[in-house]
Amino acid sequence: MEERIIRVLIAKPGLDGHDRGAKVVARALRDAGMEVIYTGLRQTPEMIVEAALQEDVNIIGLSVLSGAHMALTPRIFELLRLNDMEDVPVFIGGIIPNEDVPILKEMGVVEVFGPGTSTEIIIDSIKDTVLGERTD
Amino acid sequence: MNALIEQVRIGRRRAIAQLITQIENNDTAARSAIKALYSDTGKAHIIGITGPPGTGKSTLVNGIAKVIRKSDLRVGIIAVDPSSPFTGGALLGDRVRMRDLSGDVGIFIRSMASRGSLGGLARMTGNVVKLLDAAGYEVILVETVGAGQAEVDIASTAHTTMVVEAPGMGDEIQTIKAGILEIADLLVVNKADRPGSDRTVKALKAMLQMGQSRGYVDHHGKKISVKMSEKDRSDSSEHWQVPVLDTVATDGKGIEELVEVTFAHKTHLQKSGQWFQREKARCRQEIGQLLQTRYLAEIRARVPTTEREKLIVAVAERRIDPYSAVDELFAQTNYRD
Ligand SMILES: Nc1nc2c(ncn2[C@@H]2O[C@H](COP(=O)(O)OP(=O)(O)OP(=O)(O)O)[C@@H](O)[C@H]2O)c(=O)[nH]1
Ligand SMILES: [Mg+2]
Repeated sequence: MEERIIRVLIAKPGLDGHDRGAKVVARALRDAGMEVIYTGLRQTPEMIVEAALQEDVNIIGLSVLSGAHMALTPRIFELLRLNDMEDVPVFIGGIIPNEDVPILKEMGVVEVFGPGTSTEIIIDSIKDTVLGERTD
Repeated sequence: MNALIEQVRIGRRRAIAQLITQIENNDTAARSAIKALYSDTGKAHIIGITGPPGTGKSTLVNGIAKVIRKSDLRVGIIAVDPSSPFTGGALLGDRVRMRDLSGDVGIFIRSMASRGSLGGLARMTGNVVKLLDAAGYEVILVETVGAGQAEVDIASTAHTTMVVEAPGMGDEIQTIKAGILEIADLLVVNKADRPGSDRTVKALKAMLQMGQSRGYVDHHGKKISVKMSEKDRSDSSEHWQVPVLDTVATDGKGIEELVEVTFAHKTHLQKSGQWFQREKARCRQEIGQLLQTRYLAEIRARVPTTEREKLIVAVAERRIDPYSAVDELFAQTNYRD
């Protein structure tokens, strides 16, 4: 009776007040059989990592439109390390300038999805990342 | 697993979160965890928050937790949302309303998907409550799926059940249908800033009176009261007058009082001896369920699938009736004679 349901945190850091994209992705992941913890707007890195810890998610998705990703992402990774959670992968969706993508990946972001990425691609990528990396 | 359990006992949050996942995903893990932790449980006040969708349960949980934290008690929160029956996935959004609680290490919030259970909780919610209890959370708030009816499971899980309604929406009628008054220890009319809340409060009070004159007394191991004066609310009397409170969860109005009454209910249960009665009722139900599951598992283990399949076909072809088929299954497991 071992169940394997992927738990995903979808968080919206930054100050812009618009989460349509994040909600579309959240619903698509639910429809793909995942349990999606949706935390809403204006999440600080502290809130995001705390929620990821309590919810024991397999992966964290950040939806960023505000351009704050270069400031927020390092802080999120720092907090993950402090909580022994460096094994939890992080992906980003939203509006990210091309030149930032390699820098984000260098920081540890597993995947960056630009606007208009099909939800199938996101779903497949999450499944690959989580099921490929799970050791338990 | 043992290392994890030790860490849960000392309240390590990562360990708590990971053990919850194991309990949710794996019955064998749940069994070992509960066996190990059970003697540490029984200390928490378990409070259920139920009611129709969108009435403000999560917002209320946020407010209640903030008030309780002033007294330094640690608060565990379990928020249950439905799983899709088609894909098994779930969108767990209750945390959106609980953002005020982040950053407080005395609070632990966990979202749970119902995973096919229909009674408003997940099958493992009771075990997650035990885990949080053992980890030292003194008050545990359980928000059910907002289905509007049939969330009766919460009554056998919580010591204090509050049913949250909102003005309008024809809730009054739905409430009677759902039989939800029988499970309420407290009725909350939230969104009291909206027009019509006085009417909803009145309607609920009237319904409580009707319920009393009909006199259902012992439902789901719970007592619903006869009439008594306001001042007796928190004393040792046998009876609990179900109060109707109004709140505005979004700005905190009425929540101090709601928490006060919730704690008064706990005192009432303890002084009247009903605390233990409820514990017993809950254990009776839990053991009944575990026995069922266990019997089923034993029969599956002892009677080969091919034999079971033969019997099923025989019933379908009307060569044997279902009762005799079960007699046959029992005979094959040596439970009888
Ligand atoms: N006007 C008003 N709105 C409120 C009040 N309490 C909550 N709300 C709003 O009602 C909506 C639903 O609140 P939730 O707390 O998510 O309700 P819920 O019962 O947990 O919803 P489900 O979990 O989906 O069943 C949100 O937009 C809240 O901001 C209140 O006291 N007054
Ligand atoms: Mg809710």
